Amino acid sequence: MSAATGVAALHDCRKAFADTLISLARQDERIVVVCNDSVGSSNLVGFKSEFPDRLINVGIAEQDLVGVGAGLANGGMIPFVSAAAPFLTGRALEQVKADVAYSQAHVILCGQSPGLAYGELGPTHHSIEDLSWLRAVADLPVVVPADPAQTAQAVRWAAAQPGPSYLRISRTPVPDVTPPGAPFQPGQALRLTDGDDVTVIATGTMVSRALQAAESLRAEGIAARVLNVAFVEPLDAAAVLQAAAETRGIVVAEEATVTGGLGAAVATLTAQELPVRLRLLGVPRAFAPTGSTAFLWEHFGLTAAHIAAAARYIMAHAR
Amino acid sequence: MLSVNHEEALRFRGTRARLTGLSPGQAAPLLREMAQQVRRDDLRMIHRARLGHVGGDFSVIDILVTLYAAVLNVDPAEPLAAQRDRLVLSKGHTAGALYVTLAHSGFFPRRELDTFAAPLSPLNGHPNRTKVPGVETNTGPLGHGFPVAVGIALSARLQRVPRRTFVVLGDGELQEGSNWEAAMTAAHYGLSSLCAVVDRNRLQQGAGTEETKRLEPLADKWASFGWEVREVDGHDHARLLEVFRRPGAGRPVCVIAHTVKGKGVSFMEGRVEWHHKVPSDEQVELALRELSR
Repeated sequence: MSAATGVAALHDCRKAFADTLISLARQDERIVVVCNDSVGSSNLVGFKSEFPDRLINVGIAEQDLVGVGAGLANGGMIPFVSAAAPFLTGRALEQVKADVAYSQAHVILCGQSPGLAYGELGPTHHSIEDLSWLRAVADLPVVVPADPAQTAQAVRWAAAQPGPSYLRISRTPVPDVTPPGAPFQPGQALRLTDGDDVTVIATGTMVSRALQAAESLRAEGIAARVLNVAFVEPLDAAAVLQAAAETRGIVVAEEATVTGGLGAAVATLTAQELPVRLRLLGVPRAFAPTGSTAFLWEHFGLTAAHIAAAARYIMAHAR
Repeated sequence: MLSVNHEEALRFRGTRARLTGLSPGQAAPLLREMAQQVRRDDLRMIHRARLGHVGGDFSVIDILVTLYAAVLNVDPAEPLAAQRDRLVLSKGHTAGALYVTLAHSGFFPRRELDTFAAPLSPLNGHPNRTKVPGVETNTGPLGHGFPVAVGIALSARLQRVPRRTFVVLGDGELQEGSNWEAAMTAAHYGLSSLCAVVDRNRLQQGAGTEETKRLEPLADKWASFGWEVREVDGHDHARLLEVFRRPGAGRPVCVIAHTVKGKGVSFMEGRVEWHHKVPSDEQVELALRELSR
């Protein structure tokens, strides 16, 4: 946050993704990238110029893309399979399930420009279903970094551990939200603010807005606990249940459909273990109208103001 | 995870060493006898489990046995050795043929075949690499194995190692578009270490391939995609061995193996209902007699 302007500087997760990948590739020649004609949109121009042989472009062919990634992993490479998230997860979902997750191939699926990032290009290019689809696939971590620092951590974590993973790489610039030295572990949420009145559980682009909401709530005397959940799967069940026990309710915010993503995960857990008042912010089960990304955030209620309003609702209606 | 049968693995190494020194014509009678053994065990396994794909198993067994016994550089004692050759069975519904071939090669004890499709058995109706040594990727939905094989061949190219990759495809499976994506990628990268084997038995689940959705002219399709095409009788072990041994030159190789679904059993051969029909006790006896000739 800039003290002079009150506006946080925005940073590019895609640059952190590309820079970290290049730095890893310099140390480990097993690192390769597979893309679907998406060298530019995956921000891989730098990688290609430094490692031309290690960027495999299969053309516009997502089923082949993911299968080739699984084969490279079988052959001892560490493939980062990068494509626009809607096509990677939608077109190639069965390859993600069978070739990557079920086969336990060390493939890192990198969903670029997720959520509503493609704005006016419309619902065909929005990737709001990915979290629902991939949460339904067993043995596949679903990782949504909130800022460049977490994006870099996610890339390093995914390369170092032996199994598959899905990384959702934001196209929308975001403020820094991760404290220096913060851990990055599967099933571990980061508590960014303390508070015992209400909890906001956010992921990806929604984390900075959750923090803004917490700040405005604090001015009203409401102490909001903000949890950044980078691992949508495996979920930090302990942190969620602790929030359910210690605060009056939970707001979940994600740039994804609410049918099966983080909100659904939190709802499923709390409904069975410790019922608590919930508000789930996300995209309803609807195709978006035409509009820019910022317009659609406003349209679907994905802003700091909407998060704060949901928190106030919980405070007013808590049992 | 199943583990190696050391005695069988040792025998497999011996057989492999002997076959490597033989000409295709000399090796053929031995391969034929092995394939008939695999057919007999597969038939008993399917009969016991009351489940399986006997027609497609019997069309692909000569291909699988020839590859494992005389072509692939694999060691059952070290199923994950980095530089092993790879075989991907894309037509995963013929897992039975693969399981029996792997068991006869020592990758796991033959007695495990008794558990095929039983509750909690590692031997699922479709192959799982995390449970069965020798399986390279989990297949079952069609059109999956070929792109994976292309990735494996690309890894060999990046690592500058000579290992070979074979992918065995059903012919009906070629109606899946993902195969043609993979065919383009392999040709674009000039993956001459890759060999795609088409089990051309001309039948799919419910009818002939040509009446369901025409594949012909199939050789022309592969050639136009930039592949070297070799057509053989898929039950002639000498010819199979000859085409498998010869690596590609600058281009990937497609072997179109003309086969007969249900090969070796007169009342199954070329009959669409034997795609996944389970034989009766009497039919098993009759079939075993024919397969012992």
